[in-house]
Amino acid sequence: MTSERHTCEVLVVGAGPAGITAACVAGEAGKSVALVDNSPWLGGQIWRGEQTRQTHQEARRWLRRLENCGARIFSGATVFDGSATGTLFAESPTAILEFTWRKLIVATGAREVLLPFPGWTLPGVMGAGGLHAMVQGGWPVAGKRVVVAGSGPLLLAVAQGLQEHGADVPLVVEQAPWSKVIEFGAGLLRFPTKLLQGIATRAALGQVRYRCGCWPVRAEGAEWVQSVVLTNGKSTWTERYDYLAWGFHLVPNLELPLLLGCVTANGSVAVDAFQETSVKAIYCAGEPTGVGGADSALVEGQIAGLAAAGKTEEARALFRRRNSWHRFKAALSTAFALRPELKRLAAADTIVCRCEDVRQAELAGFADWRAAKLQTRCGMGPCQGRVCGAATHVLFGWELASVRPPIFPVRTGTLRAAGTCLKPQNEDK
Amino acid sequence: MGENMNITVNGHSLTVPAGTIVAAAIAQAGVQRLRRSASGEPRTALCGMGVCFECRVTINGDPNCRSCLTLCEDGMEVRTDD
Repeated sequence: MTSERHTCEVLVVGAGPAGITAACVAGEAGKSVALVDNSPWLGGQIWRGEQTRQTHQEARRWLRRLENCGARIFSGATVFDGSATGTLFAESPTAILEFTWRKLIVATGAREVLLPFPGWTLPGVMGAGGLHAMVQGGWPVAGKRVVVAGSGPLLLAVAQGLQEHGADVPLVVEQAPWSKVIEFGAGLLRFPTKLLQGIATRAALGQVRYRCGCWPVRAEGAEWVQSVVLTNGKSTWTERYDYLAWGFHLVPNLELPLLLGCVTANGSVAVDAFQETSVKAIYCAGEPTGVGGADSALVEGQIAGLAAAGKTEEARALFRRRNSWHRFKAALSTAFALRPELKRLAAADTIVCRCEDVRQAELAGFADWRAAKLQTRCGMGPCQGRVCGAATHVLFGWELASVRPPIFPVRTGTLRAAGTCLKPQNEDK
Repeated sequence: MGENMNITVNGHSLTVPAGTIVAAAIAQAGVQRLRRSASGEPRTALCGMGVCFECRVTINGDPNCRSCLTLCEDGMEVRTDD
């Protein structure tokens, strides 16, 4: 492992649409920019693979701008610590990176909400966006029978993507009732590009059945999933599948902004009109400010990048466009609100924390996540509660416990070399 | 692009196209289980985006690597927790 030091005026964390646009506009404004992301490729989840595939026009345009904007790009580097006073640490497979920044833009994206139900730990039961991502990286699904289930418009895009890679996707199951989904669809009239996107996706899906008001209750199999039990609340039935790709919409990745002291409200980072957080010189754009998809992220990223570069008038010119996408954001969360039945899917012996194999019955009765952590190790494994945190929030109403560095597991040698996480200000308060 | 990478998964040789992630190569090799959980359950990749750590494997002797976030490189030796 080598140690590297990098100084920049604007540091961007996350190379999805929000991070890429932020880096572009700040770089084009003449600032020295660094962009760091934990994937070895650019584009985050939504533009994954566009670097080589180049099928998405908007992605291609922004990736080309990124190439020419002068930003230094650090792919494959996981941010594990930082402070509001202008430092940030990341670990790549070969190096420890220490950044010194004047303005920081947090664009860390979102992850899927994976709610526990009996059988959800079986191989073959995978995140919907997760399976789609891995299929793009070569995971073989050709000829496999896949059911896509959960909630949100992502499910249809996933089904389409899996089909393109040869999977047989006979069914997409949405937990939201038809009435809500139709209302959401009608609301898309105000967002013509989204409406067209939706129509194109549905058309591409052809014979795939899209059932609303249904959800998975159990997955069965020994070493791999063999069948999935589905319900519409009245009757349940079993279907044979090779994969269950599921996710109950998305939840923002808040570990870094929380570590830096940014105030959050309703599960997302609070920002002002210029995307600046409660901590001066730290901006936030895209999903961490509330899940809204790529279009919203694109505008927020530009506003954050321009504001961080001191181009306030140019940033202000984008406010109207952003605010319109914020109405889309609000419509998303209303339409795909989770039904209460989902809170009762986990049985007493269902594992909730997959890292430490902590079961539902062991967790009942604790007042908050911190108490449960101390007594059961729930959320103490390598994922640091990234999966069970969202689950226990839905199941028990627990809020995210305090975040401490390192926010991702790193080698002990990295911690030693960085000298971080051992400083007095990071000690338990 | 278009080049192939020769890797081994638990000692078995495999050729995959450039751009293949390690998790996918393991699946292509027919290995269904990436690790055993704390209580002995079989597990494979879940989130596909470096969040859940279910896909951690040993790559070139380096343990706990997220195979969903690692691209295959020529000569790579991958071991699952079997």
